[in-house]
Amino acid sequence: MWGVGLATASAHTTNPWLLVLVIAVAGWAVLERREVGALDSFRPFLIVGLVAIGLRVALTILLGNGVPGQVVIVELPQLRLPAWFAGLRLGGQVTLESVVAAGIDGLRLATTLACLGAANALASPRRLLRYAPATLYDIGTAVVVALTFAPALVDLAGRVRSARRLRGHSGTGVRELARLAVPVLEGALDRSLDLAASMESRGYGRTAVRGRRERAAGSALALTGACGSVAGLFGVLSASVGGWLGLPMLAGGLGLLATSLVLGSRRDARTAYRRDPWRAAEWATCALGLLPAVVLVHAEADAWPGITITQVPLDLPPLPALPALTIVAAVLVAWVTPVPPRLARARDTVLPTRLETA
Amino acid sequence: MIELRGVGVRYAGASRPSLRDADLRIEEGELVLVVGPTGSGKSTLLRTLNGLVPHFSGGTLTGSVIVGGRDTREHRPRDLADLVGFVVQDPSSAFVTDTVEDEIAYGMETLGIEPAAMRRRVEETLDIMGLAELRDRGLRELSGGQQQRVAIAAVLAAGPRVLVLDEPTSALDPVAAEEVLAALHRLVHDLGYTVVLAEHRLERVVQHADRIVLVRDGVVSALLDPAEAMALSPVHPPIVELGRRMGWSPLPLTIRDARRRAGSLRARLSAIESPTPSRRVWHDITDESTGPDAVVAVDRLVVRRGIVEALAGVSVAVGAGSVTAVMGRNGAGKSTLLAALAGQLPCTSGDVRVGVGSPRRLAPRDRVRVVGLVPQDPDLLLYADSVAAECRAADRDFGASAGATRALLARIAGEVDDDRHPRDLSEGQRLALALSIILAGRPQVVLLDEPTRGLDYPAKRRLVGVLRDLAHDGHTVVVATHDVELVAEVAQRVIVLADGEVVVDGPVHEVLTGSPAFAPQVAKILHPLPLLTVADVSAALVPAS
Repeated sequence: MWGVGLATASAHTTNPWLLVLVIAVAGWAVLERREVGALDSFRPFLIVGLVAIGLRVALTILLGNGVPGQVVIVELPQLRLPAWFAGLRLGGQVTLESVVAAGIDGLRLATTLACLGAANALASPRRLLRYAPATLYDIGTAVVVALTFAPALVDLAGRVRSARRLRGHSGTGVRELARLAVPVLEGALDRSLDLAASMESRGYGRTAVRGRRERAAGSALALTGACGSVAGLFGVLSASVGGWLGLPMLAGGLGLLATSLVLGSRRDARTAYRRDPWRAAEWATCALGLLPAVVLVHAEADAWPGITITQVPLDLPPLPALPALTIVAAVLVAWVTPVPPRLARARDTVLPTRLETA
Repeated sequence: MIELRGVGVRYAGASRPSLRDADLRIEEGELVLVVGPTGSGKSTLLRTLNGLVPHFSGGTLTGSVIVGGRDTREHRPRDLADLVGFVVQDPSSAFVTDTVEDEIAYGMETLGIEPAAMRRRVEETLDIMGLAELRDRGLRELSGGQQQRVAIAAVLAAGPRVLVLDEPTSALDPVAAEEVLAALHRLVHDLGYTVVLAEHRLERVVQHADRIVLVRDGVVSALLDPAEAMALSPVHPPIVELGRRMGWSPLPLTIRDARRRAGSLRARLSAIESPTPSRRVWHDITDESTGPDAVVAVDRLVVRRGIVEALAGVSVAVGAGSVTAVMGRNGAGKSTLLAALAGQLPCTSGDVRVGVGSPRRLAPRDRVRVVGLVPQDPDLLLYADSVAAECRAADRDFGASAGATRALLARIAGEVDDDRHPRDLSEGQRLALALSIILAGRPQVVLLDEPTRGLDYPAKRRLVGVLRDLAHDGHTVVVATHDVELVAEVAQRVIVLADGEVVVDGPVHEVLTGSPAFAPQVAKILHPLPLLTVADVSAALVPAS
């Protein structure tokens, strides 16, 4: 929730100060509260973010992005494109303003990614799954298996590639990649079959005794609910459809969905081991993440100064005080939440020795 | 507890049944060992016990399997989860969650056990399997032996009365294997569990078994007394071979019994003046390897993988025409050393020379002429959809004359069907195929990483022959393995690694006889005589008689 809140906040501003602030906050929280041995997903997300900025700037230099500007940095030779490439140009003037705009655009994307990365590094997706209602458990399990499967696939691909080198191939190039696909996919398939066999023999999918009719009724309920919600959403969003189709339809659909979820959970015989309690710390975390999101969404809507900055004319943007404060407040999670157990133990053992050496 | 009545299994599209007319009655509290060559139907037999065959695998099951009063025809594996725990061969591929504690709780969560009871059982299981210290560790950080124990704990926690394990120790070093077997032994003797397991490394498990079932070409024997079964079995550990050769009856199965029987044999052998085994003498090897003629020279090699120092200053030199074994715990750096020799990994510091120069400097195309590595998982080398296509591809890859790889394969593995898919071959045949592919490049140095995983004794014997021939032809062979019996058969020199450092480097006789963990069975029986294999004993006895 905290990560999503921050990400929403960042999507609603183009002020680079605020964006950098968000990244810093996310990074600080990760440093403070990441569990020992957890996947470090923050770093790869950051790298992808940097690549996004670079790509965005490079594309702007090549293609331009329609931001008019006065300060010309370089003049690239412009290629004449056929008329049907309307609106596209290759080369030509590169203005400082357009580059800055592209950079900020990239930064926005990078910030969003950093927030997601931080959320991923701080909370294991499997632990999140515990809060999901039981009916959604199947979907959730599929998601988790897929999440853990991706690293395994990458790992396998690396091993097959180095094995290719044992047969005297370089392991690079398009044809090589195509050759890798077969053993990698076969290996991955074997693995997933193993996993499926293990889940099956450990009782996965056992449910309390229930009739075929009851199951069918549950599915029908869920399906109708989903259709109703979609139709309702469409009604709400599009002005052309009459209002009577909108809100009531949406409400009815959501109601049906909720009923099917509740019914499904009641049928489910599964129990949870050491379910993480939802306490003040969890509430505080959510609130701290949502606060900047709410403030910034409002700020954008009411066009507060310094939220959506203009690139023309180019100027150093001011740092708006209230949004900045709410973002900085989000870093409080690093103190509000308890330290994960193994990290705490590691610190307990490391700190005294550090003091001694000092 | 378990009852099989006229059970037969035929997989879809198979020409003959994988299992025929199996009749078994396994009582509660027994440790039953299933013994047979690869592809004989052992895994199929195990998988019928919790219904994975036929519910999960497909195929047709005739007859009936009744476990704890429940018939697998009416109960799916998931409905038997509270009665039968099944541990697959490779535990890491079967983990559903990512920490030890969650993995143990997973089975109980699906069974819908009360949270309070679940908490209690998790604690108890952690204690039974000795995992309390590891409870919040990530599953991927664990060593092979620890992973195997977690896998057992995870099925155990759900409270089954029967445990079924498919090759629980074949990937483990001798010490870790002993850990797992000791845990199983405790479950059977202290808690009355019924355990059924299949294993190729009989030298590790035979002494723990109460009963043995022999499987051959899908035909299942009755429950036999271990000694009786070993007298009949086509696959048997060295202790049994020695016993048969010496005509001991009943056959001793534990080292203790065998030592008691071997008193006169030891006396006879020590009377023969210095029984020289039929291998090259140690000083020949050291002379060659330390001089400038050494084919492989590693100097103060450090390889870092992430934050772990996998190799911490290893110096080794190996001469031409020798077989060297690299041993050590899971994670001691054996595979890393081999990968560094094959130029697969960059050295953090230090120097590797193979042949004339560093393997990293050569392009892959030229590197394969100098050094060839058969990886732990030979499947990684196989891409084509038939044996013949695979061999043709290898000929092209290595610029060998047409048919060269096929000829090598025929020499190593004997008869192999050209049209078979490489993945349908037995473990031994796949290893042979991977080895032939690597040998098609005629590398000076041949490296094998854990080659005996999943091999039965006949396949292992063939591998020993191949490795000896390779050394005889002047190749330098380095094998990383946990298999002490293989080392005893084939190696002249043993290097033991621990935590990335060389702990012992010496002739095979000294290293193996001196170590409690790495001594082969024959050496344990005949201690302090420096004899390692049954062949050594026979050779020593020939001039005497």
